[in-house]
Amino acid sequence: MVASLSPHPKGEGKGSRGIISALSRRLSPTGNTGDAIFRTALFSVALLVVLIVAGMIVALASHSTQSIRQFGFSFLTGREWDPIKGQFGALAFVYGTIVSSLIALLISVPLSLGIAIFLVEQAPRYLARPITFLVELLAAIPSVVYGLWGIFVLAPFLRVHVEPHLARWFGWVPLFQGPITGIGLLTGGVILAIMVTPIISAVVRDVLAAVPNTQREAALALGATKWETTFVVLVNGAPGITGAVILGLGRAIGETMAVTMVIGNRPQISASLFQPSYTLASVIANEFTEATADIYLSSLIELGLILFLVTFVVNAIARLMVWRVTRRTAGAM
Amino acid sequence: MSFSKITALILVATFSIALTACSGGSSNEIRLQGAGATFPNPLYQKWLSEYGKAHANIKIDYQSIGSGGGIKQIQARTVDFGASDSPMKDEDLKAAPGEILHIPTVLGAVVITYNLNGVSQPLRFSPDVVADIFLGKIKKWNDARIKADNANATLPDLDITVAHRSDGSGTSAVFTDYLSKVSAEWKEKVGAGTSPNWPVGIGGKGNEGVTGQVKQTPNTIGYVELAYAAQNKLPVALIKNKSGNFIEPTIDAVTAAAAGALATTPDDLRVSITDSAGATAYPISSYTYILAYKNQSDEAKGKALVDFIWWGIHDGESFAKDLLYAPLPAEIVKRAETKINSITANGKALR
Repeated sequence: MVASLSPHPKGEGKGSRGIISALSRRLSPTGNTGDAIFRTALFSVALLVVLIVAGMIVALASHSTQSIRQFGFSFLTGREWDPIKGQFGALAFVYGTIVSSLIALLISVPLSLGIAIFLVEQAPRYLARPITFLVELLAAIPSVVYGLWGIFVLAPFLRVHVEPHLARWFGWVPLFQGPITGIGLLTGGVILAIMVTPIISAVVRDVLAAVPNTQREAALALGATKWETTFVVLVNGAPGITGAVILGLGRAIGETMAVTMVIGNRPQISASLFQPSYTLASVIANEFTEATADIYLSSLIELGLILFLVTFVVNAIARLMVWRVTRRTAGAM
Repeated sequence: MSFSKITALILVATFSIALTACSGGSSNEIRLQGAGATFPNPLYQKWLSEYGKAHANIKIDYQSIGSGGGIKQIQARTVDFGASDSPMKDEDLKAAPGEILHIPTVLGAVVITYNLNGVSQPLRFSPDVVADIFLGKIKKWNDARIKADNANATLPDLDITVAHRSDGSGTSAVFTDYLSKVSAEWKEKVGAGTSPNWPVGIGGKGNEGVTGQVKQTPNTIGYVELAYAAQNKLPVALIKNKSGNFIEPTIDAVTAAAAGALATTPDDLRVSITDSAGATAYPISSYTYILAYKNQSDEAKGKALVDFIWWGIHDGESFAKDLLYAPLPAEIVKRAETKINSITANGKALR
C-alpha cells in the first residue's frame, strides 16, 4: 500500500504490485490508487443509472412481446381498448397523456415564471420567505389528496364557474364544445398544472437567483428599466428555465392518481376539452390488478413501454429546443 | 374511506403486530396465506381476527389484491387459498396444476345510484332501461321508457350522465354480466368483464370515485356495491326482476337471489346468479368464493384450511349482516359442506 500511494510507484516490478500500479496509472493520470478507487466508484454509480434504465426497457419489452407480436405497429395507431374482446390500441391514451400535460404546461409555465420572477426580482424579504415556503408546501401534498380535492372542489368549480363561460365565449372553437360535466381533459390538465407549478417555480427561482448580479447591474447601467433588466435575466437563465419546464413535464406525464380521479377515464380522442379522456399511467394503475388474460397483461406492459418512450421523446425534443435557443443567443452576442 | 374499511385496516394492523409478537413462539404453529378479491376483504379480516382468538396456533393472513391476482396466485400455488368474486373460467381451471374447488362464502350486490333533483321516491328501472341508459341509447331523464316505470316522479328534460368504474373490478363484472343477460345488444356490443369498453360515460376509480362523481355531478347515474351505498346512505334504485317485481336492494333480497337460482346452480357451484328467478330476488347479485386445491400437499396446513373455511360458512356467517354482506342460503351451505369434505391430503380425507 505504502509503495502504491507514493507518487512514483515502481511499475516495472513483477507480481500484483506491478499490476495494481499499472491499473492505477490507467485509471488516474497521477497513478494514485486512492484517486483510482474514487474514480472507479463514481463510474460504477453512474453506470448503475444506465443499467437500471436499460434493465427497465428490457423488462418492459420482454414482458410485452406477446402484444407486440400480435398487434405490431397497429397497437400505436389503434384507438380501441376492449379487454373483453381482446382488442388493444394505445393511441387514445397517448393522446390523453400528451394533451393533459400540454394544458398543464400552458397554465403552469407563465404562472411559475411569474412566481419565480416576483420572488427573485421584486419581492421584499418578509414576503419572499413565506411565499416560497407555501409554494414548496404544494409540492409535498400527496397526489391522492389532490385527486380527492379535484373531485370534490375543483371539478364542481370548473363545471359551474369556468366551463359554461368558456363554452359561451369560445364555443365556436371545437375545444370548448359539448356537454359540461366538470370531469374531463380540461380538469385533468388544471389539476396537473397545480401539481407541477411548485416544481417549475422552485427550479426557476434557483436559476434566476444564480444569474450573476453583474448582468443586472450592467443592464441598469445602460439605462434599462426594471422590466428590461428582468428580460436580460430571463434570457441568461433560458437553458435552466427550460430544464425546469422539462422537470415539470416529466411529472405531468407520469402523474397517475390525481389525474385518474378527474379525467373521466375514457379511452377516446375528442376535440373537446370538456370530454373525458384517459392517460397511459392511469390506465395501467386502474387495470393492472384485474388483468388476468396474458394478452391483456402484455398490452398493459406495452403501454408502460410506450409511456417510457413518450417521456424519452418529449425529453429529447425539449433538450433539442434548449440547445437551439442557447446556440441562437450565443450567436447573437 | 368507509368505516368498515377503517376497521378492517386496524384489524390488519393489529393482526400483523400480533404476528410479529408471536413469531418467536411455538414451533407447531401453522401459517396459512390467502390472497384475492377486495370485495369480501372486510369480512375476511373479521373472520381472521375472530378465528384467531379461538385458535392461537393457526396464523392466517389474507391480502386483498383483487380477484385477478387471487386467481393468478392460486394457480401459481404461491398462496394456500385464493379468493375471487367471479368464478374461474374453464381455461383458467385447466391452466392450474391441480383441481381447484370453489367454495362460496357470502353474497354481494351491485346497486344503481343517481343524483337527480326533485325526485323524492326511489326510482324504478326495468332491465332493458338500465341497459339502454348504459348503452347511451336513452339520453334524457324524461325519456318515455323511464317515465313508464316512474309515473309519479317529475323527471327533468336533462341529459343523463353515466358514471362507471374505471379500475378493473368485480363490481363491473357482476353489473355487465347482468346487462349481458337482459340485453342482447349489450352482450353483442360490450359483453361482460372486469374492464369493459363502456359505450358512454365517465370513469371513477373505485366505489368512492364513482360515488364522488355521482354526488358532485347533477343528473348522473352510476353503480356501486350494496355495502358501500348503504354505508354512505346513497339513493338507490329498485330494479325489476325476472318475476316482474321491482325489488329494493337489501341483504335479504340478495340471499333470495341465491335461493332463487338453486335450480340452475351446478355441482361445482360456479354460477352467475344475476337475473335470478326468485320472486323476491334482487337481480344484480353475486357470490364471492374462496378457491382451494382439492388435493392439499401438506396435511397439517390442509386440515387447518379446511377447518377455517368450515368455520367461515357456519359461525362466520353471523358476522356477514353487520358488515352488509348477504349470508348464504341454507341449501348452499349444505352444498358447500360437501365441497369442503371432499378436500384431501395425500388421499386422506381432512374432515
